[in-house]
Amino acid sequence: MKAMNITGRIWVLTDSRGRLIEDIDTDQIYHNAFLHITDLEEMGRHALGNLEGWKDFSSKVKAGDIVVAGRNFGAGSSRQQAVDCFLALKVALIIAPSFGAIYFRNAVNSALPLLRGEGTVSKLAEKKEWRSGDVLNIDLGSGKGVNQTRRKEFQLEPMSRVQKDILEAGGLFAYGRKIIE
Amino acid sequence: MGKTVIEKIIGSHTRENAEAGSIVWMDLDIRSARDFGGPNVVKNFTREYGDDPVQDRDKTFFTFDLCVPACSLKYADNQQICRSFARKKGIHVYDVDEGIGSHVLMEKGHAAGGTTVVGTDSHLNILGAVDCFGQGMGDVDITFAFRTGRSWFEVPETIRVEVSGTPGEDCSAKDLTLFLLKKLGTREAALKAVEFTGDAVFNLSLAGRITLCSMITEMAGIVGFIPGASEKTRKEISRWSGGKWSPLEPDPKAAYSNVIRIDVDGMTPQIAAPFHPHNVKDAEELKEIEVDSGFIGSCTNGRLEDFRAAARILKGRRLKSGVNLKIVPATRSVYSGLLEEGILSGLFESGAVIDNPGCGGCAEGHVGLTGEGEVQISTGNRNFEGKQGKGRTYLASPEVVAASCVLGRIGVPGEL
Repeated sequence: MKAMNITGRIWVLTDSRGRLIEDIDTDQIYHNAFLHITDLEEMGRHALGNLEGWKDFSSKVKAGDIVVAGRNFGAGSSRQQAVDCFLALKVALIIAPSFGAIYFRNAVNSALPLLRGEGTVSKLAEKKEWRSGDVLNIDLGSGKGVNQTRRKEFQLEPMSRVQKDILEAGGLFAYGRKIIE
Repeated sequence: MGKTVIEKIIGSHTRENAEAGSIVWMDLDIRSARDFGGPNVVKNFTREYGDDPVQDRDKTFFTFDLCVPACSLKYADNQQICRSFARKKGIHVYDVDEGIGSHVLMEKGHAAGGTTVVGTDSHLNILGAVDCFGQGMGDVDITFAFRTGRSWFEVPETIRVEVSGTPGEDCSAKDLTLFLLKKLGTREAALKAVEFTGDAVFNLSLAGRITLCSMITEMAGIVGFIPGASEKTRKEISRWSGGKWSPLEPDPKAAYSNVIRIDVDGMTPQIAAPFHPHNVKDAEELKEIEVDSGFIGSCTNGRLEDFRAAARILKGRRLKSGVNLKIVPATRSVYSGLLEEGILSGLFESGAVIDNPGCGGCAEGHVGLTGEGEVQISTGNRNFEGKQGKGRTYLASPEVVAASCVLGRIGVPGEL
């Protein structure tokens, strides 16, 4: 059973001008040159390995951290490794205004928690109300949270019933075993 | 509040409220896997569910279309992995003789109005042409669908595209499709369902509807529908589905996230230049470009009507010396029509190479590949860099491909 309340340090994926990076595609998250890798631990080392300014992400991130990205995170191909590399690093949650459709499916099916906040996430990052290193506490089900570093509350989109059920079961296959009975 | 077509289809397959934005569990009428993705489905299924049965073997299919018959050892193995699994579980295989899976599912009446279908084909949303919700998914999703007969889905918002005007006389469904892709790009329809209205789309034949709906993927959309259909098209679809098909209409007060008006009046033949399907230009602008090869087929333009159109252009003509034209019918039944109508011999006389049904012209595995420096004009739906090889692929209608192969450069039938 996955924890549905998360407290973690955030990494706000911004560019050199401090703006939230949009349309981060699966080649920037996990480059196709490493698709042959099957070992989960090794996959973690290449997470964001092709994203300008974030190539050393895997050496900085700690288990339980939260990633914050711009709109359409995970655009592009259907590669599962772009989800698995974050699972390998034990990233607790990814937050973005929106996600690529296939990326969203793959993450839900693999029990990597995602939360969407169209309209909220960009504003919080722009106004510097969320900065890398801040600690957030979030209830995944309701999307309600508080930035503990700055003592400010926020509201992301609540998780859907389906997403919650699959997450709590630990992924699509595990959920399937529950419902097949 | 009224419902859009996609809300109606998903709504009739779930016990939850299927309103745009909500994620629901959807009952599947059909689930399928190809020789691409299929072997992974078998591997996942065996690991996760062992000797369990598939949920409903009469609604579960393998459709081989990517490398048929196998011309690499890897595909020969992969197809046999699927066949062995199918025998064990009692699943029907549409094997290497049948053609493109999505078309086979329509022709055999599995995908008919209002049904839900998933499979390992990113162009499965082509089934919108027969008012069916088709969706391509990865092997994890399809494995789960084989075992449970269900899939979760986020009900997409719908945009309505109102097409006005009459395209020029030399324009086919493909020209109209490319023109709409030029106008919509990859942002307007992204993650959305699309409903097209207007005489230019309403009057499309079944083959024309298939052409338009096949390229929603290139618009980054989820699925496209053309609510209603002409009397002739209704009959055609009903014949395939054994009378099971009845056209779906949105409710009068359905909610659209956007309404876009596109005027196609007097439009001329269109071509997508490398390396993006939405990089569409008037054919007129590209007339200087010499071509080495042509391809007519794919899920976008592999119907009998497409080959009839090409045959009319090629009748009594020869391909320009040094130009190869490859012909691949979508399915075995299209192939049979080509034989019966004598189209095949006409195409053959012109100098074309005729191959068996399958997914040629799109990915590695079948004919339609290009070498470095080669310029190909194709009726396919994708021309990404490296997709069909190192050459440059232009996307056009069967008529324009045929004319270009006679001229030895990009051109339209009027120039012959």
